[in-house]
Amino acid sequence: MSIFIDKSTRLIVQGITGRDGSFHTKQMIEYGTQVVGGVTPGKGGQKFEDKVPIFNTVAEAVKTTKANATVIYVPPMFAADAMMEAADAGVRFIVCITEGVPVLDMTRVRPFVIEKGARLLGPNCPGLISPGQSKVGIIPGRICIPGPVGLVSRSGTLTYEVVYQMTRAKIGQTTCVGIGGDPINGTNFIDCLDAFEKDPNTEAVVMIGEIGGTDEQEAARFVREKMKKPVVGFIAGQTAPSGRRMGHAGAIISGSAGTAAEKMQAFEENGVGVAKRPIDVIDLLKRAMR
Amino acid sequence: MNIHEYQAKDIFRKYGIPIPPGEVATTPEEAEAIARKFGTTVVIKAQVHAGGRGKAGGVKLARTPADAKSIAAQILKLTIKGLPVKKVLVTPAADIASEAYVGIIVDRASKRPVFMASPAGGIDIEEVAAKTPDKILRRPVDPRYGLQLYEAMQLAFFLYSDMKQVRAAAKILQQLYKAFIENGGSLAEINPLVTTPTGDVVALDAKMVIDDNELDRRADIAALRDESAEDPSEVEARKANLTFIKLDGNVGCIVNGAGLAMATMDLVKYYGGEPANFLDIGGSSNPEKVVAALRIITGDRNVKAILFNIFGGITRTDDVANGIVTAIKQNPLKVPLVIRLTGTNEEIAVKILKENGLSAMTDMDEAVKKAVALATGKAA
Repeated sequence: MSIFIDKSTRLIVQGITGRDGSFHTKQMIEYGTQVVGGVTPGKGGQKFEDKVPIFNTVAEAVKTTKANATVIYVPPMFAADAMMEAADAGVRFIVCITEGVPVLDMTRVRPFVIEKGARLLGPNCPGLISPGQSKVGIIPGRICIPGPVGLVSRSGTLTYEVVYQMTRAKIGQTTCVGIGGDPINGTNFIDCLDAFEKDPNTEAVVMIGEIGGTDEQEAARFVREKMKKPVVGFIAGQTAPSGRRMGHAGAIISGSAGTAAEKMQAFEENGVGVAKRPIDVIDLLKRAMR
Repeated sequence: MNIHEYQAKDIFRKYGIPIPPGEVATTPEEAEAIARKFGTTVVIKAQVHAGGRGKAGGVKLARTPADAKSIAAQILKLTIKGLPVKKVLVTPAADIASEAYVGIIVDRASKRPVFMASPAGGIDIEEVAAKTPDKILRRPVDPRYGLQLYEAMQLAFFLYSDMKQVRAAAKILQQLYKAFIENGGSLAEINPLVTTPTGDVVALDAKMVIDDNELDRRADIAALRDESAEDPSEVEARKANLTFIKLDGNVGCIVNGAGLAMATMDLVKYYGGEPANFLDIGGSSNPEKVVAALRIITGDRNVKAILFNIFGGITRTDDVANGIVTAIKQNPLKVPLVIRLTGTNEEIAVKILKENGLSAMTDMDEAVKKAVALATGKAA
């Protein structure tokens, strides 16, 4: 088992003919993901790699292919529209990889998607992977192995680093989810922790946060109040200065709020194992799962 | 992106927000001429992307054109929070009966634009929030409908009791909201919003921060960027499409991905060093980016060792290796270099490095330890 995606996930790709979209569609197909269609306005009727049908609109793609998930690789100025189009077409799970979506766009997209009853992951995220079953997005498949640990993270390459170290230590994963680094996004830590708690195959969870906002603090309280499974966490940005945006749009310490120290303390107080270094996640997991 | 007060005022004026006239000077002589034109006492205000201008001596009254010249000369020599003052705004001094604060930000918690209004204006609003939170009224706005009149009136009644002033303030708030949304703001602020002895409501200051992600669709706003007011190394990094933030340490860090870049800095500290910078070369990196990154890092004379930490996913590690080799050929390094890379095309990358007399490590912790040892002069 896994969360959000599995073998039965039927995926369409919005922006399938673009540079990033086409590259990652090939990788997803190679990994075993069921890519049932693509969307590029004006290229409806064509086929991607002679196999995957392309449609002009998401509505057409959903009607024909019965897709239940979509991944978005369109440029930032079109991403809000793409997310809304997918939600309006009835797609239940929307993953937006695009980085650089204006925050004001997200203040409108988020309530729209929620009203349509869809789940949005991202934007500005690497997507997710359920090892051995399906991957949606850009996480490299070869660094993952199936196993009992769920992982949720605000980062991309730092996620790869931790997954790689887990895999080297022979600790496999149910699902690895990148929720993205933007200040307003669709799915947060708590949504993922809740799903992992309910997933029968997940035995423990790794949470990788970073400076900025209060998502990790709220997630830590959720762990204490609502979870039985052990959770270990790492926070990036212990050396980040205040008031500067550390690459991710949401990674900023405002005044004295949103620091790594504050988040690590919230972990500690709520029974989340605190990894001082990424590598410490391994020992904490081993102890928690013993 | 930060814009200057005078630029924010120009935007707000277009939306009909009442703002006293003002002109920008880059020399004391220009300031003197503007003051003479206004023919009254003027305020001279440093135009710099830093808070606390007043406390730093960057805002002063000048009673005569001669005063304006000498005061502008002083202010144009200032450096405020590391940024040199290159421009001043000269504006007629206003008579003030009361000072309030109004501002709007995108709030992470409510995931909406949120208005804040306070009758305690003219001072640091964060201080007001911390010490007297009851003096601030917060009002989330549904971005699908915008700030309705009744919402604006509610905020305005928190500031004033005179109906003429309440109506004037409500109109200003609605126009400020429009300016914020239509120009891609992440913050728009009037502090202070004043009443004059004759009862008018006027914006004496203006601040606006633009969401960088909006600039692609707003060429007019993007054109407001003042590179002379930014740190030169950060300007160079932005042009090369890198995210760079200078710090005070001596281990230069070049990493792909923001989260990994922060974690790398943290590890440098963990092993007893101090990171010299945050630098993210991004996802689909090409060799030119790596060349630019090395040029920026080596421009910092504090840097005693350079650490590459690359986890190849989309980033191809052979691209990074090629970039390193090219950069070193152009400009031989004077400080030791530690390279950690793993992932996509790792074997090719290692071969490229070897052929050029370089080597790579695969373990992040080992690489960081080595870089720290080299920077502090203790051999690893």
